[in-house]
Order: sequence, then structure tokens, then C-alpha cells
Amino acid sequence: MTTTPGMIEVGTAEPVIQRRRFIPWIQSSARTRRLGWWGTPYLFILLPVGFLLLFTYTPVVNMFWYSVTSWDGLSKEQDYVGLANYIRVFTRPEYFQVFYVSLFYFVASFAQLGIALYFATILSFQTKFKNFFKGVLFFPYLINGVAIAFTFLYFFKPGGTLDATLAFFGVDPGVLWLGDRSIANFSLAGTSVWRYMGLNFVLFLGAIQSIPSQLYEAAAIDGANKWQQFRFIILPGIRPILGLSMILAISGSIAVFEIPFIMTHGDNGTMTFVIKTVRVAFENHKVGQASAMAVILLLIVLIVTWIQRRIIPDEKVNLV
Amino acid sequence: MFPHARRKRLLAITAIASAAALTAACGGGDANPSPAPGDGGDTAGAIAGDLTIMTWRTDLLEDGTLDGYAAEFKKLYPDVNIEFQGFTNYEGEITTLMSTEDYGDVLAIPGAPLTPDKFADYFEPLGTIEEIEATYRFVRDKAYDGQAYGIPVVGNTQGFVYNKEVWAAAGNTDYATTSADFVAALQNIKDNTTAIPLYTNYFADWPITAWEAYRGSISNDPNYVNSLLETDAPWAEGTDHNVIDTLIWDIVSAGLIEEDPTTTDWESSKGMIARGEIGTMPLGSWAISQMQDAAEAEGLSRDVIGYMPFPAQVDGVFHASVGGDYNLGISVYSDAKEAAWAWIQWFMNDSGFADAQGGISPLKDGGFPDNLADFDAAGVELVEQLPAEPGNEGKLEAIDSSAEIGLGQATYRKRIIDAARGQSGETLQAIFDDLNSRWATARAEVMGG
Repeated sequence: MTTTPGMIEVGTAEPVIQRRRFIPWIQSSARTRRLGWWGTPYLFILLPVGFLLLFTYTPVVNMFWYSVTSWDGLSKEQDYVGLANYIRVFTRPEYFQVFYVSLFYFVASFAQLGIALYFATILSFQTKFKNFFKGVLFFPYLINGVAIAFTFLYFFKPGGTLDATLAFFGVDPGVLWLGDRSIANFSLAGTSVWRYMGLNFVLFLGAIQSIPSQLYEAAAIDGANKWQQFRFIILPGIRPILGLSMILAISGSIAVFEIPFIMTHGDNGTMTFVIKTVRVAFENHKVGQASAMAVILLLIVLIVTWIQRRIIPDEKVNLV
Repeated sequence: MFPHARRKRLLAITAIASAAALTAACGGGDANPSPAPGDGGDTAGAIAGDLTIMTWRTDLLEDGTLDGYAAEFKKLYPDVNIEFQGFTNYEGEITTLMSTEDYGDVLAIPGAPLTPDKFADYFEPLGTIEEIEATYRFVRDKAYDGQAYGIPVVGNTQGFVYNKEVWAAAGNTDYATTSADFVAALQNIKDNTTAIPLYTNYFADWPITAWEAYRGSISNDPNYVNSLLETDAPWAEGTDHNVIDTLIWDIVSAGLIEEDPTTTDWESSKGMIARGEIGTMPLGSWAISQMQDAAEAEGLSRDVIGYMPFPAQVDGVFHASVGGDYNLGISVYSDAKEAAWAWIQWFMNDSGFADAQGGISPLKDGGFPDNLADFDAAGVELVEQLPAEPGNEGKLEAIDSSAEIGLGQATYRKRIIDAARGQSGETLQAIFDDLNSRWATARAEVMGG
């Protein structure tokens, strides 16, 4: 049973007969009836909102200002340059080349969603050792990103774990997993998929399990096979979660930073947009330019979100 | 839902209030305790106060060496309390701190974007250049408008650390005098031993910046850095930068480096060169004692590590760049400037830090360390770069930043290494042309405008 907003429970135990007259009175005066001083809720949110303003909104507003200056991070003066920083990002090739690298992660994010959906589907039904597999699949998401990056650095080293495992099976591709520019991005994208698939998996699992099970029985009686059940029952039922995961995966693929930064520092053709931003800010000492790049990233994510919400609108699907 | 019984509500409010009070106490771990307001510091003539010293030597902080120095200092100046703060990424973090008024009392002066014309805004002048140069050397780097703002903790020279046994086993007898000889010598190592001829330490980023320090010594030109402001083609045929980068290209394209540069490891490279698994590494002279320590840790003799100059001679003589390491300066917002100056003088003159580190002493009449005996034997002459002309301070950094090359950064040489490995498809001349054109455009912007 869902609660309608505005309804307040009466705490003290009331006899049932009295409650029948009492409840309409409660509901009509729900807005005016308070518990204690009116300012208590505001006191509670004062601290979190204060932190939000101090650590999130103030720096972001500052960043918008820096993006139209040529500040170098230290000078006491900041010279206004208008939109020059923004124009430079789209006209100098070394800036927008980093978007090509993001394509690798973009495609990988679809693979990530597909794998997560597959595992979520088969683990929603009767499978042996279900809970063990759920734990194993979700575990990578809990590990710290830096630790994962270092572990995979040893994994991809020449003579490291991957080479040793392949040699055990008698395969020796003889490639440098990170040293070869043509496959380095695949290695990094694969690491990223390994890390984040667990989150998508758990979200899909929860969404699939909220679908009433009578539907599957009814479909089975009607003669639907597993694939048809998936396509016509599961997919529509998890549409909001699917939409949310797609937004997260796509905007995440543009803003990927941790894994390539620690594993290759963005060298050898693996530089992503955020790594380029950090480089420009702290190596080339152009905080103004880097702020402009950060604002552009924000706009890209907003546009992607808007497009995705238009294609897959957020309507509630009523299966019952 | 909500507990309506008064007792439960009281309990909840008490719990929340005590939790909030606890978090307030957490703020007590103040990172920068403000120094004591000069109590008796200036008036009584006694040196007193609290010093916060920012250090980039996190290794010495961890093993207690710096605390040992502080204890020695306290014997002479018992009223001074010293606290050290270490930074692993010193340049990045101290530059951010310097946009506040609270960045310690004694700190090392960072590089770009702190150009000399801004020194007076952040650092206290230590004296005129003449006064400071009476006792110390290498001070012109951090001086401006006749005032000196910092004194280096050690002097460094530049060359290649090498394993003497590996080079001998490869059949190399003398130091190479030209780039071609050097490449041939590395080829000998590859053919006759199992060692990696030259280890780039590509992954760690900062070792790649060591190549930049050879500039000025190849052509024995103390005005080389200043001349970069006048030229539109710093990578033209025959310039120092051209020689350095062509050498890197030749070494890498001949396959004389490690198999996969993207997975190198700095810490283990020290043990590797000591054991003879690496032949050569391009590093400053500060690294010699670290490699010798690694050799000792492996149970080998310290003498297995040698130091050779860059393979270039002018009139039959080797030359090597020399300059100061990090310079210590006093914050202009410090409350204990007398104590800070006492510390700096004691550290330079009496602490023995330079000797302990195997570096060149900053004292004018300090000698040379033992581990540069190879340089002595080879007759290497040291070349110090002249500081910028008055009015041109900071212009080099401005051009570099505008062109987005990063002479002192790893990115631009990593591009050369990647191309030489065949990864990016660029040729060396294409890279040089691109760098030259970017430099020319930026130079016109900074100098011409």
C-alpha cells in the first residue's frame, strides 16, 4: 500500500471508532498540523546545504568566471579574454582529438550494459549458486579505482598475469597490451567495463525482480519462450532503469579519468578529455583554458541527457 | 515513522547534538598552525618562534632525517619550534597553497607559473645579490631586480648514471664523444650483454624531464636559454634541443630501450641498474647516491655506479650543465622571518645536507662531492646558464605555456619516444617542424605583442 503525500499518521493509539472521525480531520488539517517548532527541518538541512554551497556551487561559479579569463593559477590578476578559450577547444586539433578516444569508452559502455542485462536476466531466475555469482559480479565495483588501476597495470605488463595465463593455454599473441597504441584503448576500456558492470548489474537485477512473477507464468502458459519473455515483459518493465543506466554510461564514457590516468597517464594515444583538462591546468598552467574545457564537458553531458530523455521518455510502464 | 513519545524525541535530539559536537572537534587537526606572533623575536634579539617548513623530500621526512636536523638546530636556537610538512606532488600542491596567505614559513620556491617578477609578492628578499653571492652560489636563478629570494639546498649537474661493469662487459672503453658513438656504445651493450642499454622510466613521467637539463652544455653556451627568446626555430639543425631529441629518437628507434616503456617502474629501476640489468639512465647528479645506496642494499660495491657526461664535446672538452636544486625561500606572510633566516643559513652552512646527499655544496667555497670523481677524471667543465635579462623575466615560461609545448614537462619528449617506436606514425622532422611553428607563433604573441 502506498502512502499519499501529506498524510500524517497519528502516533498515539486510538480506538478504531474514533479513528473513523479522526482521519478526515487529520487529512484536512495535514498542512497546518506540525510536530514541534517550525524551524527544526531547516536547521537540519542548514549544514548539508552549507557544505553544498561552499564545496560545490561556489567553486562551480568561480569556474565559470575563470573560463573567460586567462588565469594561470597563481597570478593575483585575472585578465578577461571572452570566449577565446572555448573557441580554442574546437579549433586546435590537439584538443578535440581526445574525443576520438572517448568513442572507445562510448562503445564499451553499450557492451557493459548488454553484459549487465544478460547476467541480471539469467540470475533473476532459478540458477545454482545464484548468490555467489551475484557477489562475484558486484565485487569489482566496491574496490577502489586506484587499486584496480594498479592491479591491471601488472595484469597487462609484458610477462604479467594476462601473458602468463595465455601462455598456460599455449597462446602467445606477442602484443604489448598497453604499449601498443592500437590496442591500448581496448585494454583500458575493458578494465573500465570490468569495474562498472557490477553497478549496472545490480540496478537491473533489482528492477527485474520488481516485475510481478505472475506475468512470466501467464506468458509461459501462452507459449512464450525465454527470449520473448525477455523482450516483451522484462525490457518494458525495466525501462526507467535502462534509461538511467544509459545516461550514466554515456556521460561516464565522456568523463572517464581514473583508469587511463593511473594506468598510462594518458600517454600513447590514450588521453581522454578530462586528462587533457588536468594536463592543461597543471602542466601548461592554463587554469582559464581548463575551466572552459570543464564547462564544455558539462554542456556535453547535459545535451546527451536531454537527447536520451527525448528518445526514451521517462513514462511509467504499468504492467499490472 | 516519527517517534512521538517525548522521551524518544529527547533521546534523538541528544544523540544528534552530541554527534554534531564530535564533528566540530574534528576541525582541530589544523594543517597549518599559524606561527607564534613574533614574541621577543625581533626586540630581544633572540631567535624564537614556530616554523612550518614545507618539504618535497617526503622520503627524508618519513625516515626521520629531517627531524634529526631539527633537533640539531634546536640545540643552537632552543626557542624555535619546527614542524615539517611533506608534499609528494610538491609543485602542484604548493602552487595552489600560494594563492592563500598560509603557505608555511620556509619553503622551496616552485617553478612556473611563478615567474621572477612575482617573487616579491610571495617571498621575502634575503638580501641583495652581491650580499648573498659572497657566501653562496647558484643564487641568480631565483633573484630579481637586484634582490635574491632563494638559496639552493644543493647544486646539481647533469649526465648519465651507468653501471660500470655492464659498460665494460659490452666492450666500451672510453666515454662516447658524439651522439653516434653513444648509440654505437648502447648497441654494444645490447649485443654483448643481457642488460637493457638505456632505461627511459617513461611511466613515471618526471625522469623524462631530465633530458631538458642538457641544454646549454652541448654547445657550451651560458646564454643558451636566453637565446631561445630570440629564435623562431629552437629545433633547427645543430641546436642543443635538436641534438638531444635526435639522440633520443636514434636510441629508441634502434630498439635500445626497454621493451614496453609504458610499464616501467622507478623504484625497481634502482635495483636493476645496481644489479646490472640496466646499462644507463639519464638523470641528474642527485640520483648517483640513490643508485649507490641501492647497490649497497643489494650487497654490491657502491663503485659499480658511475656517472658520465652527455656525449658531446666542444674543442675536445666535455661540458655539463650545473645549477641549483630547489631554492629555499621565506614566505612574505611569515611571522617568524628571523627564525626562518636562521634556519636557512644553518641548513646551508652547518647541517651537512649537501654532503649527505652527495650533491654539490651551495657554499661558494664548497667543494665537489666524491661521487663526481668520474667527471673530474674526464675533465668535465661545468656550465651555468645565465638568468634572464632584466625585462625578459618570465617570457620563456610564457612562450612555453602559450605554445603548449612544456619544455620541462614529460609530454613533449614522450611524443618523440612514441613516434620513434612507430606508434604514432610521425617522423622526427615533422615533430620538429610542428614544435618550431608553435614556438614561433607563441613567441610573436609574447615578445612582439
